[in-house]
Amino acid sequence: MPEKILESFEIRRLEILDPKGEVDESLMPSLSADEIKKMYELLILSRTFDQRAIDLQREGRLGTYASILGQEATQVGSAFTIKKSDWIFPSFREMGVYMTLGYPIHQLYQYWAGDERGLKAPKDLNIFPICVPIGTQMLHAAGAAMAAKYKRDPIAVITYFGDGATSEGDFHEAFNMAGVFKLPVVFICQNNHWAISLPRERQTAAKTLAQKAYAYGFEGIQLDGNDIFAVYKGTKDAIEKARRGEGPVFIECVTYRMSSHTTADDATRYRSKEEVEMWKLKDPILRLKLFMERKGLWTEPYQKEIEERSRQIIDEAVKVAESVEPPHPEDMFTYTYAKPTFRQLKQMEDF
Amino acid sequence: MPQLNMVQAINLALKEEMMRDPDVVILGEDVGKNGGVFRVTEGLWEQFGSERVIDTPLAESGILGISIGMAAYGLKPVAEIQFVGFTYPALDQIFSHASRIRSRSRGRYTCPLVIRTPYGGGIKAPELHEESPEALFCHMPGIKVVVPSTPYYAKGLLISSIRDPDPVLFLEATRLYRLIKEEVPEGDYTFPLGKARIVREGKNITLVAWGSMLHKVLQAVEGYDDVEVIDLMTLHPFDEETLFKSARKTGRVIIVHEAPKTCGFGAELSATLAEEAMLYLKAPILRVTGYDVVMPLPKLEDFYLPTVERIRKAMEDIIKY
Repeated sequence: MPEKILESFEIRRLEILDPKGEVDESLMPSLSADEIKKMYELLILSRTFDQRAIDLQREGRLGTYASILGQEATQVGSAFTIKKSDWIFPSFREMGVYMTLGYPIHQLYQYWAGDERGLKAPKDLNIFPICVPIGTQMLHAAGAAMAAKYKRDPIAVITYFGDGATSEGDFHEAFNMAGVFKLPVVFICQNNHWAISLPRERQTAAKTLAQKAYAYGFEGIQLDGNDIFAVYKGTKDAIEKARRGEGPVFIECVTYRMSSHTTADDATRYRSKEEVEMWKLKDPILRLKLFMERKGLWTEPYQKEIEERSRQIIDEAVKVAESVEPPHPEDMFTYTYAKPTFRQLKQMEDF
Repeated sequence: MPQLNMVQAINLALKEEMMRDPDVVILGEDVGKNGGVFRVTEGLWEQFGSERVIDTPLAESGILGISIGMAAYGLKPVAEIQFVGFTYPALDQIFSHASRIRSRSRGRYTCPLVIRTPYGGGIKAPELHEESPEALFCHMPGIKVVVPSTPYYAKGLLISSIRDPDPVLFLEATRLYRLIKEEVPEGDYTFPLGKARIVREGKNITLVAWGSMLHKVLQAVEGYDDVEVIDLMTLHPFDEETLFKSARKTGRVIIVHEAPKTCGFGAELSATLAEEAMLYLKAPILRVTGYDVVMPLPKLEDFYLPTVERIRKAMEDIIKY
């Protein structure tokens, strides 16, 4: 009996906007000039937020912070397609997602300054708190998708994680659940090449992360994560597919962590300057700017104006974050259970 | 009124809660068509369908992880973990998420989840099928831990657990599943979580136990007058008041559990009594527990588990003071 090929797969890679700012018009998603400008402004806002967070940390005004520098397009481009009714399960390096969705910026600073109240999402936004244990949030996304499917809610659930998370057991279990139950989940991996000091090629022997989806019976696609149009299109298609009840999609966004893992890390210990310099040329904001300039959507005064506006927004957010009354010690107890236990009630008398 | 064993009583509670509330769903390994390896969910898949009685892939962290997402979204999942020893791969989801999502989101998201799982020894089962790790879960704020000891209480406590707005670990003593039958009414009744019950009143010694050890204790006290027996029922948060009242009355307390002694839940009870009732005590608090060893395989399990003789010995020792 001859051997048979039971299954084979191809991994698509999507690129639309190149580092010179040129686009492949055949793939270009339909976006108005205003929408493109809005994207650009969110990229600038995200970068301004990030730089300020690092400055504040250095001044001792924030705790340890995980920078998003270099990953802004992955975050803004994907979140740009998310609707209010969708549910989002982020990890901890998605400040650009939070801001694109309209999460109160002062609360983000509040959280990184060590105030848990920063994690309370506004009522009209279904975003989960930042998730610290790697990859564990993907299961919550699968569960929420299962509940939405049960309730016949026509929504999509989006979860974010990094390349490191693809080595975790919960990644496997979440992908497996999503595949088996054909859940409306979009898995977005920000492959930023580094999990603290471990490079992507030591994370898995697989050629792409995207191909992992095929083992779970659904589609995986790789795209240029520094190309905001590719991210937008890839995510939009996946979310629409999920909403139509056609099951999950895995999107591997190839990007780069330009900063250290967090403010407590020093990336020069384990990676070369040359590598970082090479990625600077692929900067996601620079290429959108070049594109807009070509299209007559970008001018120097416009740049100055939005930088100034971003600074004002961030100034205001920091001001609000730092002027909020500190939490009362009793606040530790308030949300352990719906009602405090008798023992907690006694302990609260200390305050 | 029907005479039911614990399996049937729990099954009835699940069925009635699912009929009452469409947000209640069951998920786990083999819970659907097979009705669960102990048949606790028997007939529910037929009645409620595969969307509400969900056979999941074999993945404990996955089961509890998706349950958290479902609960946050607004369902009331009742997840079955086939044996409590298999919660270990899912501890991350329980400790890092189920227990703290209310706190981390400042009440924006909650986790009304019940984790049902068989625990305990005495059934000659394979490795990791007879564990008693209840104290692990009592140490984690944000989780409630409930251990019923009879069919009647199992039903009422499970209904309370399903309606509770916070995650509850519901430990079902495997040895008790079919050991006793008693009258279990149909329809709604509940017992508040955090409340113990006095099974037998007495003035000389207080014996505290839960789950299957309660029955060992009841056997041990047969023929002894004036011994008080408390069934703790909820371990976390436990009923301090009932415990103190009894300790103040008898002045002698023996705690019986099948988990290892070191850092077992008896240690917490004992320390609490030392803090709050020391001056009423006539004797040291004694613990009759499993030994500080890995739960042995069937050939040695009878030597590991507290016996009637060991409990009686403790009663004789404590009365001498």
